[in-house]
Amino acid sequence: MTSTDGAVIDAADVHRAIRRIAHEIVERHHGAEDVVLVGIHTRGVTLAHAIAESIAEIDGLELPVGELDIGLYRDDLDRRAGTRLSRTSIPVDIGGRPVVLVDDVLYTGRTVRAALDALSDLGRASAVQLAVLVDRGHRQLPIRPDFVGKNLPTGPGQRVAVRLEPIDGTQGVWIMDS
Amino acid sequence: MRHLLTTEGVARAELEDLMDLAGEFVDVLGRDIPKVPTLRGATVATLFYEPSTRTRLSFERAARALSADVLTFNPGTSSSAKGESLKDTALTLRAMGADLMVVRHGAAGAAHRVATWVDVPVVNGGDGAHQHPTQALLDAFTLRRHFGKLDGLRIGIVGDIGHSRVARSGIHAFSTLGAHVVLVAPPTLMPIATDGWPCRLTGDLDEVIGDLDVIYLLRIQVERGGHSGFTSLPEYVRRFGLDDERFARLHPEAVVMHPGPMNRGVEISANLADHPRALILEQVRNGVAARMAVLFRLLASPQEST
Repeated sequence: MTSTDGAVIDAADVHRAIRRIAHEIVERHHGAEDVVLVGIHTRGVTLAHAIAESIAEIDGLELPVGELDIGLYRDDLDRRAGTRLSRTSIPVDIGGRPVVLVDDVLYTGRTVRAALDALSDLGRASAVQLAVLVDRGHRQLPIRPDFVGKNLPTGPGQRVAVRLEPIDGTQGVWIMDS
Repeated sequence: MRHLLTTEGVARAELEDLMDLAGEFVDVLGRDIPKVPTLRGATVATLFYEPSTRTRLSFERAARALSADVLTFNPGTSSSAKGESLKDTALTLRAMGADLMVVRHGAAGAAHRVATWVDVPVVNGGDGAHQHPTQALLDAFTLRRHFGKLDGLRIGIVGDIGHSRVARSGIHAFSTLGAHVVLVAPPTLMPIATDGWPCRLTGDLDEVIGDLDVIYLLRIQVERGGHSGFTSLPEYVRRFGLDDERFARLHPEAVVMHPGPMNRGVEISANLADHPRALILEQVRNGVAARMAVLFRLLASPQEST
């Protein structure tokens, strides 16, 4: 996957979606000074940094960016082989501040459920919102995103692959039949 | 990894994986709420047939920090006082719902036997003078946190090697991770068969002390007959005890370790036990995280499953 051939969202559109989400976060918070961005490993962290850069360009604000690993909070651990944990670290105390959770794909909602549990163990945010690059539907829990890059109708048999420049060397979103 | 019974033959990648996990658990234990829901619903049983304070407490703390329930078997107040066998006790705890067993027993091989009787993971919490793998793991983890890596470290293990499961576990784990191990003891406290052990032996602490990055002192184990191995305690202290004079001859960056409980004034002088370069309490702290890593790996994500 070296070019963006066949991508349902190409590299430039991913970039535009990130910029739009950044604008919406600033608008919704009337300036976003207190907001803490928290990415869910792995690509959510990359996206959170990209959103933070966009907000810095728009408003000159340097928002803190944290990273969250939800491996210890999953409800399907016994079905996952050799789970590895990534770092969980948030550079500021989230107590009393609004947090925007960031992930690449929103699907069943179980990852976000786990992330909410993980986040609440780290402090009591004044509010938690959710930003995702792709919402592909098929929720199994009552969770909805606040900021969406693109809604992608998919079938449960399909797989959505998000590639981001800093991790993958290419950028875009693909739908694959598995 | 299905059980953790020994460090012998455990691959470097597996040790590194457990230490990586332990590093995350150190962070969890440092939080305001030092607890995660990962093992909710799982039950960890501790079967300790030998006296132990820190190892059992450390396992139980680790299990609770992962939200597992703990079943504590205490032979002194239980049916083993009525002669129930190890096998029947293990099967009984399994029938009560234990999902993992931590076994400490005076007989070498006890945990291995339990692992053949029950269909759940077994962790060896110390079997006779044979193995104590989680001690080796927490020691390696403590050294990795302190020095960044074990590769090239020169580790001297000093004391009653012959009776020490800590030494046997440590030798294999440390050398697998790239450290050079030297065993220091009078001939009477050396194991009888050391062929094939990845380490060097010496009877002279003063000959090697200047070369060490780590001096690992073992407890003189009176309850395992340690007293019979040397003529007198003062003589042992004079030749193998760590006092200020010997400490001064260590490399300035070298550290002191001890698995506890210490005999202050025997293996280590009373004041050196509290020295900033003694990692003894650090070992205890890291022990909880290291045991969380083992419980997590064995219960939450068995690597052979898909």
